[in-house]
Amino acid sequence: MELNDFLTLLTAITIAVSCSLLGCFLVLRKTVMVGDAISHSVLPGIAIAYLLSSSFNSVFMLIGAAVFGVFTTLLIDFFHKKLKLQEDASIGITFTWLFAIGVIIITLFTNSNTDLDQDCVLFGELSSTFLDKIIIGDYLMGTRSFWMIFPVFLIILVFILFGYKGLSIISFNEDYAKSLGINVGFINLIFMSLVSVTTVMSFESVGAILVVGLLVIPPATAYLITDKLKRMLIISCFLAITSCIIGFYLSILIDVTASSMIIVVSGCLFLLTFGYINIKKTLIF
Amino acid sequence: MENSSIEVHNLSVSYQNVPVLWDIDFTLPKGQIVGIIGPNGSGKSTLLKAIMGLIPLASGNVKVLNKNLSLVRDQLAYVPQRETVDWNFPASVEDVVLMGRYKKGNLFRRLTKIDKVIAQESIEKVKLEKYKGRQISQLSGGQQQRVFIARALAQGASIYIMDEPFVGVDMSTEKTILDLLIQMKEEGKTIIIVHHDIQTVSNYFDYIVMLNTRLIAHGPTNEVLTEENLQATYGGQLNIISKIQSIIKEKEFPLREKGFEDK
Repeated sequence: MELNDFLTLLTAITIAVSCSLLGCFLVLRKTVMVGDAISHSVLPGIAIAYLLSSSFNSVFMLIGAAVFGVFTTLLIDFFHKKLKLQEDASIGITFTWLFAIGVIIITLFTNSNTDLDQDCVLFGELSSTFLDKIIIGDYLMGTRSFWMIFPVFLIILVFILFGYKGLSIISFNEDYAKSLGINVGFINLIFMSLVSVTTVMSFESVGAILVVGLLVIPPATAYLITDKLKRMLIISCFLAITSCIIGFYLSILIDVTASSMIIVVSGCLFLLTFGYINIKKTLIF
Repeated sequence: MENSSIEVHNLSVSYQNVPVLWDIDFTLPKGQIVGIIGPNGSGKSTLLKAIMGLIPLASGNVKVLNKNLSLVRDQLAYVPQRETVDWNFPASVEDVVLMGRYKKGNLFRRLTKIDKVIAQESIEKVKLEKYKGRQISQLSGGQQQRVFIARALAQGASIYIMDEPFVGVDMSTEKTILDLLIQMKEEGKTIIIVHHDIQTVSNYFDYIVMLNTRLIAHGPTNEVLTEENLQATYGGQLNIISKIQSIIKEKEFPLREKGFEDK
């Protein structure tokens, strides 16, 4: 394997696995669309952070993203609960509005030389992430995009390992969790912040639209395969990794963008699983 | 009151400025099976949620075992309505019952052996030991209801609050639940049940709260379950009047009515 391919794939896999782990709980809580909304509405946060620091400085971006991510969920809640608007309408208004503000900030305040452009925001440029290498002394330490997502991945891993009970009980029966005195609001806040941060860290590589695919498709496929939550988490990671590897090499083979191909493969795996399960069912009964 | 399980004072709850509960004030005894009855939309489930601290109160306060709820939260176990959750969630019977052992203090730690033993005992109490490892979507409605009750039992609380546990359950579940309630009462537990089938009220409950946004009456069943109170609770619902006649008769001849079908 070529070094550059390895580095690109490593970034893709770290992003995909982070997304699937969080995505499992989004799917189970039926809040996938909130994840979708967050992935778009963090754009103003990124744009402002970019303007303030004049670079993709991860600390600024993380803060900007987390703030706008949480702001999105609060705004959706406000429209839905206080103004009595349907939830899907609240989501639609919130994220398109914030996303549009982000696009305007970018077009107004950045010039054509910057890395941040609209194409990159929407689709990402996974194949060029290997260009930005971090070299310390004579040693290659990986790419910058990998080191942006890797700490987030570790935090997600720790959060899910330790918060597993809280996350599962809230996903299954939130009112009951509250009745046990569990701090549901706090866990939700951390969870939604992590979704925001993850989508931002994936922005450069896979973009705002395709990251939703990574959040939803592997967990939804795993949900079809197993009826145990722990297995669902593991299987969805496995599916995410498989989609990355197959998608990446297919994209080189037919010369298309890698991130799109990864999602296409992921979707095909979903359809195959769905078909297989249905055929198995008809054979049994 | 010295021997009270739950005290509710001047409680009002409203949704969008429309009162759902208005100036509710009552005290419930310990160690009894209490029924909360009233027509649809009378605020029964809202009252339970208000007692559990799950919704904001417009006014009033709730005392549990003479203390504020936050101090005695582990003494309250909640059994929500079965339809409020998605039973396709990837979990087994045991997984759900173990949730009864989750607390603020152990949320980030592993469950202990003792937790598992308590969950096992709770599963046995509702007679689901054969289904322990089964995925919860593959249970009947009655079995799902029993899973919820087992989860509450696993909490080891002294007050149990159940929202419509008899809706859509089969006869064997109904009997299992009733036997269990009586056993729990003998152990000194207090059970508070939201119930909508007025035909069975006099068989199930020692004490009732009659509700229709306002408190109509509360007290021992044989004192409070009068035609007058039922009229006041169910008011204009004409089809109810004939039922009321049969309930009054039923009180004179306490025969068990079997009015449950599986959904």
